[in-house]
Amino acid sequence: MRMPSISSAQDFLYRKRWLYSRRIVQVIILLSFLTLPGIGRIADGNLSSSTWFGVGLTDPYVMLQSWLAGGPMFLPAVAGALLVGAFYALFGGRIYCSWVCPINLVTDLAYCLRQKFNIKANMTMSRELRAGILLLSLVLCLITGTLAWESINPITLFQRELLWGSAAGATILMGLFLFDLLVSRRGWCGHLCPVGAFYAYLGRYGRVRVTATTAGSCSGCGSCIKVCPEPHVLAPVVSKNASAVTHGDCTRCGACLDQCTLVH
Amino acid sequence: MSDQEQSRPEQEQGQPEIAEPERRKAFKKVFKKLGAAVVVTMLGRAMISAKPAPAALALRPPGALPEKEFDAACIRCGLCVEDCPFDILHLASWTDPAPLGTPYFTARNEPCRMCYDIPCVKACPTGALNPLLVDIKKADMGVAVLVDHETCLNYKGLTCSICVRVCPIRGEAISLKPMSNELGVLQIPTVDSSKCTGCGTCEKHCVLEEAAIRVLPRNLGLGISGTHAVGRR
Repeated sequence: MRMPSISSAQDFLYRKRWLYSRRIVQVIILLSFLTLPGIGRIADGNLSSSTWFGVGLTDPYVMLQSWLAGGPMFLPAVAGALLVGAFYALFGGRIYCSWVCPINLVTDLAYCLRQKFNIKANMTMSRELRAGILLLSLVLCLITGTLAWESINPITLFQRELLWGSAAGATILMGLFLFDLLVSRRGWCGHLCPVGAFYAYLGRYGRVRVTATTAGSCSGCGSCIKVCPEPHVLAPVVSKNASAVTHGDCTRCGACLDQCTLVH
Repeated sequence: MSDQEQSRPEQEQGQPEIAEPERRKAFKKVFKKLGAAVVVTMLGRAMISAKPAPAALALRPPGALPEKEFDAACIRCGLCVEDCPFDILHLASWTDPAPLGTPYFTARNEPCRMCYDIPCVKACPTGALNPLLVDIKKADMGVAVLVDHETCLNYKGLTCSICVRVCPIRGEAISLKPMSNELGVLQIPTVDSSKCTGCGTCEKHCVLEEAAIRVLPRNLGLGISGTHAVGRR
């Protein structure tokens, strides 16, 4: 059911529409934290807490860690965390993972190269592992009185170390990249990262969903499952038991929509 | 009938001696997970608390809560760093002498300029830099201590006194007090710890190769008088 009128270039763009939109959003968010010539800096801070046009935003997971560690509940940060939390709870938690998080750029690159060079080596891990790490990080906040995950969190590390011009953390990011490239397929974002697990729980009932509008005409080619970073979320749709992806793990990256030849 | 008779002894043989093997399996599974959780928690805790305490040369921005509370309250966002007009603040990297991602400054490189409007405190979203601090002269980033009496030029009978002259609260936080010894009357730079904010301007400007006067966190820089007349407690 392809549109017959579109040219091949248009078709190419159309088949990457979600991917390119996502990359544009990710890069804009990253650049907003930099001082750009002629524009200046749009956002202050980093993804832990930032100020956009006078509005303070705070990562609810970081806020939760701070609270468990015994930090004070100070209005600007709490309001920012509620704002961010409400957004993801309403629309879908792991939108953060595929549209905002800069580590996604690193791990997607690793996955892309993995496909290109046909690297088969794969250490299998449970996807539940990240929930365990999430719980562990929160318990450690309670015990140690510090923000446990923030002592290694590669997301803010990415911003601090690379964008602010220090190279010490670049080795950590390189390690993460090599881990995803050589050791485990989609190892970090799909199995280990507790931030993703947190947002998956937070946005469990998010309203933005991948929906199969013409599920009846699905040929069962399975190309959506091949590209999906969390393939288990698509299972009910492909097996025609559901018309929408309702699993909290769905990152709303749109890779399946780009792939499906039945959707317009 | 013959079928049943044949299979019965097999079933009895195959049955392990322990009753309820499923329950046993379930217990094993639970304890395995529990064990893993305990071990990983202990390791994680060891990893976090094995980190060295922030070194004396890493000073916190004005208004910072006491170190332990600051560590829990600071979310490592760097808003204070970006709002510092003199770019003296840094977020600690892995190799820096403070917990990863927390703001600090090194007095010998760049001291705090003690802005009257305290923009770093205003920027802090979590209250890790106490918003109740409105008078920068009440800030407590540490305390200046004349640590080296051997190299300090004033102790050698000269009147360098640069530390006194550069102090933003000159005459109150640090002043020259006469003291006599075999060299004659010396003018000794003397810090009033109740007035000193620990901005570090004196440390920055000390003319020696290594500063003789240094800003230290209060717990390192000051003694506390004992409640007993001749000793501890």
